[in-house]
Amino acid sequence: MVVGRALGILVLLAGILFAAGLCRASPLGDNPTTSIFQPHSTPAESIYHLSIFVLVITAVIFLVVFGLLIYAVVKFRSRATGTDREPAQVYGSTQIELAWTIIPILIVVVLFLATARVIHAIQDAHKPATALEVTAIGHQFWWEFRYPTLGIVTANELHIPVSDPARPTPTFLKLLSADTDHSFWVPQLAGKTDLIPNRVNETWMDPHETGIYLGQCAQYCGTQHAKMLLRVSVDTPEEFDAWVRTQKQPANQGEKEIAGRRVFETTACINCHAVGGTVATGRFGPDLTHLMSRSTIASGAAENTPENLRLWVQKPDAIKPGSLMPAMKLSDDDLDALTRYLETLR
Amino acid sequence: MSSDAIAVQTAGVSADRTWLQTLHEWVTTVDHKRLGVLYVFYALIFLVIGGIEATIIRIQLMRAHNDFVSPQVFNRMFTLHGTTMIFFVIMPFMFGFANYLVPLMIGARDMAFPRLNAFSFWLTALGGTLLYFSIVGGSGLYGAGSAPDVGWWAYAPLTSRAFSPGHSADYWTIAVLVSGFGSIGTAVNLVATVLSMRCPGMKLSRMPLFAWLTLVMSGLVLISISPLSAAQIMLLVDRYLGGHFFDTQAGGSATLWMHFFWIFGHPEVYILVIPAFAFASEIIPVFSRKPIFGYPVMVGATVSIGFVSISVWAHHMFTIGMTSYSNSFFVLTTMIIAVPTGIKIFNWLGTMWGGKLQFKTPMLFCIGFLFQFLIAGLTGIMLGAAPFNWQLSGSYFVVAHFHYMIVGAILFCIFGAIYYWYPKITGRMLNESLGKLHFWLFVIGFHLTFDVMHVPGILGMPRRIYTYEPGRGWDTLNMIITIGAFIQGIAILLFLANLVFSYFGGSKAGNDPWDGWTLEWSVSSPPPVYNFASIPAVASRRPLWDLKHPEDPDTHYD
Amino acid sequence: MSAITTPVAQRPVNWRLPYKGNVGMACLIIAESAIFTIFVVAYLFYLGKSLTGPTPREVLEAPLFYTICLLSSSLTIHLASRFLERGKPGAFLALWFLTIVLGGLFLFGTGQEWHRLIYERGLTISTNLFGTTYYSLVGLHATHVTVGLLMLGIVLLLGLAGRVGQEHSARVDVLSLYWHFVDAVWVVVFTVVYVLGR
Ligand code: HEA
Ligand code: HEA
Ligand code: HEC
Ligand code: CUA
Ligand SMILES: [Cu+2]
Repeated sequence: MVVGRALGILVLLAGILFAAGLCRASPLGDNPTTSIFQPHSTPAESIYHLSIFVLVITAVIFLVVFGLLIYAVVKFRSRATGTDREPAQVYGSTQIELAWTIIPILIVVVLFLATARVIHAIQDAHKPATALEVTAIGHQFWWEFRYPTLGIVTANELHIPVSDPARPTPTFLKLLSADTDHSFWVPQLAGKTDLIPNRVNETWMDPHETGIYLGQCAQYCGTQHAKMLLRVSVDTPEEFDAWVRTQKQPANQGEKEIAGRRVFETTACINCHAVGGTVATGRFGPDLTHLMSRSTIASGAAENTPENLRLWVQKPDAIKPGSLMPAMKLSDDDLDALTRYLETLR
Repeated sequence: MSSDAIAVQTAGVSADRTWLQTLHEWVTTVDHKRLGVLYVFYALIFLVIGGIEATIIRIQLMRAHNDFVSPQVFNRMFTLHGTTMIFFVIMPFMFGFANYLVPLMIGARDMAFPRLNAFSFWLTALGGTLLYFSIVGGSGLYGAGSAPDVGWWAYAPLTSRAFSPGHSADYWTIAVLVSGFGSIGTAVNLVATVLSMRCPGMKLSRMPLFAWLTLVMSGLVLISISPLSAAQIMLLVDRYLGGHFFDTQAGGSATLWMHFFWIFGHPEVYILVIPAFAFASEIIPVFSRKPIFGYPVMVGATVSIGFVSISVWAHHMFTIGMTSYSNSFFVLTTMIIAVPTGIKIFNWLGTMWGGKLQFKTPMLFCIGFLFQFLIAGLTGIMLGAAPFNWQLSGSYFVVAHFHYMIVGAILFCIFGAIYYWYPKITGRMLNESLGKLHFWLFVIGFHLTFDVMHVPGILGMPRRIYTYEPGRGWDTLNMIITIGAFIQGIAILLFLANLVFSYFGGSKAGNDPWDGWTLEWSVSSPPPVYNFASIPAVASRRPLWDLKHPEDPDTHYD
Repeated sequence: MSAITTPVAQRPVNWRLPYKGNVGMACLIIAESAIFTIFVVAYLFYLGKSLTGPTPREVLEAPLFYTICLLSSSLTIHLASRFLERGKPGAFLALWFLTIVLGGLFLFGTGQEWHRLIYERGLTISTNLFGTTYYSLVGLHATHVTVGLLMLGIVLLLGLAGRVGQEHSARVDVLSLYWHFVDAVWVVVFTVVYVLGR
């Protein structure tokens, strides 16, 4: 019995250690991680420090109480040799009760103060004049990003500049929703904040390192909540400026792929999609002006390859069942032409 | 089956009546013991249903890009799983035990309002049936039918007609509303029973803790299920009469629903856990052979948990963009709950301290409860630190936290309670070896599932997703979690088998198999229809201890 | 061990507990108050948030007369149950009947107000947020009045049949507790809708 119990406990502790190890280990390859314990931006970092603090305190409490429990279980188990007499009947003790009331109160005060400090530091952060402003709008099941100061509208893949701690260029996001609740969560950059209809929320981040950061919608928003992925590309200032320049250009107006363009403009596509500088001004779906500058389509559901694009237009459900884009039932020829046209939207 | 046989026994009549007559007796019964058994029976059925849904969820999440079920089905599964487990498993379990035990423990012959009692049970039963009827009725008779897929919080505006056409959301609302009325009815009944039906000498300060905690739980039901009912009525007004309470297009507010839901939702989790505390407070002393340590403090701590728990709801809403002051306020109230809860844990430890612990199956489950409740409480504290919550909320870490609470703490206590009171209810002991096997298997399955589940949360895996991308380090973990769920399933199968076989083949229990101290052990097992031949009178908290130990009665310390 | 018997009192003890009917009704009132609180909160929260008209100020008039009716019915029901307690079934029935009339008048007033709002002012439950919250809150209260009147009516019928006597006064008290609650809620609703709300 006792051996079994001890064994069980050992297995458990091993499991906990194993799990803790996994948390720190980065996933295979150089795939970007979404671990909350590898922060790369001030809000995420201050949360990380707070969480270590909370983890340590709770670990100590755990060890103490767990130790007492194990001790009681081992020490006071009834022994076969024992007599039939009942143990001493103890009804309570005021001193002890006081002790285990006051100590937790003190711990709570400490935890609260530490927490409140971080809340204030993150939520009431001062917004420098150099900050980039972006409006993120959650849709079922994709993201719209608008850069009001730059006049850019794009979707699903957010580009922001890296922020040099000496000359910070943080990004402040205004969060809105077009339909149901969503939540913006890129764990390495900041904690999540919800996007709620009829409400304006804010969050900010100042990534210290360039690269791709992944995240996804963290508030259940309907059928395809699972495939409402987020990609944040943190660029060097030069890369960012170059990106801004391409995005500001109107869509490719070349006379190439005129057939595909005609299909696009005579099908319902234009009711839902906008392509800058053309008759397509729909707002229900993502802006397609620079579709090919994105590396994924349908909010990260698939890579942006010609085959995927064709499949997507032909049968969105094959990639993202339940998405709000209808299958347009085009002929094979039209589909090919349309795909070639979409590929010109750089 | 088994329940029919109980009917014959408790009714104390010869067995030569048709099963129809027996069924009729059970359906029309107003006896608190039978209603208690009905509640538990009902909860067990739904536990299996909810568990099968959990299994479907787990199979789907076993590996990345799995396509065992479609996203639509997956979303229905977790909605049904959550709603079923909370409203139609744990609540009925708790009400069932309270119904069965409270009158026995306080020396009464029945509940205060027997007919209301039966009515409440059947309302709850109707609620569960309605929820599952949605599968055929969800989109009307012409459609294929569908169950609700809005999650168990049913956040607005997802529930509005625009986003949830058809009737699936209506079934969810009405099911919860109806069972809510049932719960309120039972709570009214329990409070009235505890306050007005105690036997002579049973002062409030002498009631078994079980009765006390039931009282607090019922009080919480009264003040927190009602807001839920109100919100459901509003939702129905929106859906049927064209109202705009939660219609964001007409200026309605999505956050208002969140507030209303969690004003219910948070006290609800204490409604679920307080009866579990009650079981532990009866079982731990008996198997430690000592009275509960710090009885008045235990009562006070529970009452204060009840009070504080109505002011913490917004810790489920740290991510909705409240001001830093509101966030800080709710951090504080949330953490304060740790104090009375800690007091309870320490008092249970104090009860065990210096005792003679007997590791019978009920006690094993209670020790498991203490251990897991401690961990779950501490992960709750992590979630309660708002900034930490901004990372953890909506992720599998939360799912791990609350399953640790609900399965690791509450379900463990429920199993303990069933092993402990089954002899009283049926007259037979549950098989001890099978019980120990059930315990250890369940412990292994539980920890495999829910310990590991914290990790994907930390690695950024959101909840309520039917599939995920490979390469994020979530795959192996999810596989382990699924394996654990299957082990839990096997353990529960063993338990169900134990329930059935021990009913027919278990050893006879006698009145008082555990050498207990509260009044229910003084009557025969199962108790006679009117519980007590003559109404008892008590002079201390442990009336049977006094009888068994005339040399050292509790009355000296009262 | 099964020799354990139930402990019974050696001497009769002096043991009194509250009447279960009152406790039950008090619990019900607590639960109902919570429901009304949520509706009141929703009403206050949405004050002035309607995107279109009409506004409360434009269309609402305080129903003073009917309010007086309802409030005075609290008095009559109180007196009625006192008479029953003292064994005067005649006076009891008369006052009980008066209570029902006053309650009925109040309901009539609500109906009239709704009729005016719907047909003259075009305010329905789906017009705007004000309509939604107003009809829900007032309607919830009116539902309670209706339920109360039904129960009062049953007692009246039983009383006319001579089946309500002094021995039932505790139960009648429980009912009048409910009626007092319905009145008290109206005070809150009145303040919120007709005083603060305008
Ligand atoms: C059923 C029981 C139950 C119980 C008892 C609790 C108890 C607690 N819960 Fe949990 N919780 C749930 C069930 C429960 N919870 C559910 C179902 C959800 C999610 C619902 C959903 O989203 O679907 C949830 C979600 C949830 C959240 C929201 C997460 C999110 O969605 O973002 C938070 C955040 O604060 C939280 C916190 C707490 C805290 C602080 C406690 C405290 O009561 C814990 C107190 C206990 C201890 C702390 C341990 C013992 C104390 C000591 C040993 C003393 C010393 C300790 C200190 C001084 C710290 N819970
Ligand atoms: C009382 C409450 C309760 C209980 C007991 C459980 C028990 C379990 N839960 Fe559940 N759960 C919730 C309440 C509960 N849950 C809630 C409220 C949610 C949130 C819903 C939402 O987001 O809206 C949730 C969500 C939830 C999720 C997240 C879904 C998502 O977000 O996408 C998962 C995923 O793993 C899960 C798993 C499990 C498992 C494996 C068990 C196991 O412990 C179950 C074990 C039981 C059985 C397995 C059944 C009995 C045995 C048999 C029938 C025998 C045959 C079966 C086998 C051999 C396998 N639950
Ligand atoms: C009813 C509205 C609607 C119509 C019509 C429609 N779409 Fe879409 N489209 C959407 C929505 C909504 C999305 C986002 C889906 C998602 O990610 O869940 C989308 C996404 C896309 C994407 C991926 C964009 C990205 O950046 O991820 C492409 C490409 C696309 N649509 C092309 C088309 C073409 C071509 C047509 C016409 C043949 C068309 N759409 C017609 C609504 C529509
Ligand atoms: Cu958007 Cu979930
Ligand atoms: Cu909570």
